[in-house]
Amino acid sequence: MMASDPAAETTAPPADARPSAVTGALKDAIVSGLLTALLLTPLVGFRASESGTGSLVLTYRFGLVAIFAGIVMVGRFLLMVTVWNPNRPPRRVSTTPGAMARIGALAAPAVKPVFFSFAILYPFLSILMAGGLSPSRYWVDLGIYVLTYVMLGWGLNIVVGLAGLLDLGYVAFYAVGAYTFALLSTSVPINDFFAGTLGDGFWTAWAFWICLPLSGILAAMWGVILGFPVLRLRGDYLAIVTLAFGEIIRLVLINWVSLTNGGAGISSIPPITFFGVPFDSSDTGFASIFGLEFNSMHRMIFLYFVILGLAALTAIVTIRLRKMPVGRAWEALREDEIACRSLGINTTLTKLTAFATGAMFGGFAGAFFAVRIRFVSPESFTFMESAVILAIVVLGGMGSQMGVAGAAILLIGGMELLRNLSFLKADFLFGPDFDPSLYRMLIFGFAMVAVMVWRPRGLVSSRMPTVFLKQRKAVSGSLVKEGHG
Amino acid sequence: MVGEPLSPARTWETNQILRVDHLSMRFGGLVAVNDVSFVAGRGEVTAVIGPNGAGKTTVFNCITGFYKPTTGRLALFHGGPATDAEVDGVTASGLAWGKSQAGALYLLERLPDHKVASWARVARTFQNIRLFSGMTILENLLVAQHMSLTTSGLMNPVAILNLPSWQRKQKGAVDRALYWLNKIGLVDRADDPAGDLPYGDQRRLEIARAMCTDPVLLCLDEPAAGLNPRESAALNELLLSIRREHQASILLIEHDMSVVMEISDHVVVLEYGSKIADGTPDEVRNDPRVIASYLGVEDEEEAVAVVEAGA
Ligand SMILES: Nc1ncnc2c1ncn2[C@@H]1O[C@H](COP(=O)(O)OP(=O)(O)O)[C@@H](O)[C@H]1O
Ligand SMILES: [Mg+2]
Repeated sequence: MMASDPAAETTAPPADARPSAVTGALKDAIVSGLLTALLLTPLVGFRASESGTGSLVLTYRFGLVAIFAGIVMVGRFLLMVTVWNPNRPPRRVSTTPGAMARIGALAAPAVKPVFFSFAILYPFLSILMAGGLSPSRYWVDLGIYVLTYVMLGWGLNIVVGLAGLLDLGYVAFYAVGAYTFALLSTSVPINDFFAGTLGDGFWTAWAFWICLPLSGILAAMWGVILGFPVLRLRGDYLAIVTLAFGEIIRLVLINWVSLTNGGAGISSIPPITFFGVPFDSSDTGFASIFGLEFNSMHRMIFLYFVILGLAALTAIVTIRLRKMPVGRAWEALREDEIACRSLGINTTLTKLTAFATGAMFGGFAGAFFAVRIRFVSPESFTFMESAVILAIVVLGGMGSQMGVAGAAILLIGGMELLRNLSFLKADFLFGPDFDPSLYRMLIFGFAMVAVMVWRPRGLVSSRMPTVFLKQRKAVSGSLVKEGHG
Repeated sequence: MVGEPLSPARTWETNQILRVDHLSMRFGGLVAVNDVSFVAGRGEVTAVIGPNGAGKTTVFNCITGFYKPTTGRLALFHGGPATDAEVDGVTASGLAWGKSQAGALYLLERLPDHKVASWARVARTFQNIRLFSGMTILENLLVAQHMSLTTSGLMNPVAILNLPSWQRKQKGAVDRALYWLNKIGLVDRADDPAGDLPYGDQRRLEIARAMCTDPVLLCLDEPAAGLNPRESAALNELLLSIRREHQASILLIEHDMSVVMEISDHVVVLEYGSKIADGTPDEVRNDPRVIASYLGVEDEEEAVAVVEAGA
């Protein structure tokens, strides 16, 4: 009798909840606005620019500061009363998978065939869409560019995604592959040797096909040489040392001028041939042999299929290795290194095989890069390159091949498309002085942050088991470890 | 206890599988294990008990190669016990292992951890379970067979090409995993991630995983910790069947006295890094020093009363 009705007490919201949320939001918005104004006054409010005579003049842009502060205030207020409102009922966490997840599960078996069919048809689609062989150059070239990164991503995925070893110097192996091919194919003694035994044009015609496996083997060998002292380190230390190795290789390439021609790089690398048949307009060229009209796009399309083949090789070998004891050991190593040792697995050797296998595919990609551009210089192998490849692996979801491929398309293709934001130059937007490509990296950064907030474990976060008894069920990403070394 | 005549029940003295001689392990100033010697018998369950921090896990880490002991010798015998002369011979040779009349003997303190598992065939579990939680239960058991599957190299072309001979080998490994899944009653969950299992199942899976390496000595670090009575009973049964059907010798760290008394043949008691008792479960149970230290009771009379009430 004395106790008030408990049900009424718990269910009825406090009468003043809504107004207090609004006043709180208002207060918060004003504080944010003031802070923004304070911060931006020195950053945006004053502008020093060079006058015609060369002296600096100060212009004031307080109007702009006010606009920014206003945007922050209004945005913050709206967020505070909607999404961040403390009185908003908590979002129901459903136990059944959402519509997106169900669609994903239905579509999953189709993703791979669709991806590969699209990849095979892509050059022909580009020709159709662009309306001719020659106009499709840009699109085929973009396809080659993206596929190179798909392959690099898949190669690094073995090291980072499967074995859980954070490698920040992957570009070193890309460089080893590229320089191996560049140096061997332009070597005069080798050319002379083959000219004496197998005919004049032999080395130019066959250099790529002979050097391709060599580049992979040499890169793998460097993987072992670099890996051996490094792989006893774990986590951050491993990352730092691999980063250093990447830089060392680049510095050696710059400074060993007598071998690598230093910063000037190596040019006039022989172009790719159709297994010995050159893509030229001569009578023995590809076009006349196959009865086609000569077009330089033939070589481009062949390059596309070569990189598609190399990428497919990477994927197939990885899929096979994952089902073998060595691949399982890589993943087990990522899950728990100590448990691996208690089962008799030689962890150093196992890490080394992961490192070498990843390096080998990096080497293949490097040789391909050299034959495509026909010019290599140390500038192509900076840390930025390693960072982009690692970003592809992390964004894709470590360990997942389709995720990595998707991330490569998104990142590389997307970045490339951002180059073409010419509509932003329209008069009513930013005017003709605006250079959209300058903002490419900014947009890229925002996109990365957004994806990582939305999907912290990458585009594909679940792991597919390598073997099953009755039913293959994806393992949720929250159980899968990322590795520590 | 010193000077007591050997009772006929002390089978471990004659048929040894592991001999620990004067083992000490120091961490900086802390002596975690202080001159401990004991033997474990072949085909027996040897329990190592003692209060928290007594150094039990440290002894295990020395035996399995995860720690290099400060001093001491750890001899493991394959086939049958080696003579003292044979053990001394290998010790003097500076090698990690040697042949003996009965088979082979390994000096575990000279082997790195993964070779203790792969050569000397000592398997272990961990006090805080270490499963590959993002891999399925079946995968966990296949990883454990890594050594037997990679006898012809990590990058075996026969395996890369998936030739029939490899498929047969792979099938054998899956069958072996299935055998153990049956034994721990987890066949239905073979395709689920190990991290999704309840605690008791995880413990038994870890034991099954260790058994998949085909060990001669199985070291279990507190396998019953955190189990409810039903899970604990299932564990006892698993351990007894491993001993019965696989002739594996088991070294067991355990807190749960009921498990120790029920399944062990031989009990070694540690306290503050030193051995304070060594004998059959009955002998140890009635040892006043054990009662005092293990139960943390000052008054020995009271301790005896507690033990007898519980037994
Ligand atoms: N790696 C280590 N470094 C320093 N001290 C350790 C280490 N491992 C164990 N110790 C110490 O050794 C002692 C024995 O520990 P432990 O063998 O884990 O005991 P138990 O398993 O019997 O509970 C403890 O005092 C512990 O703090
Ligand atoms: Mg312990």
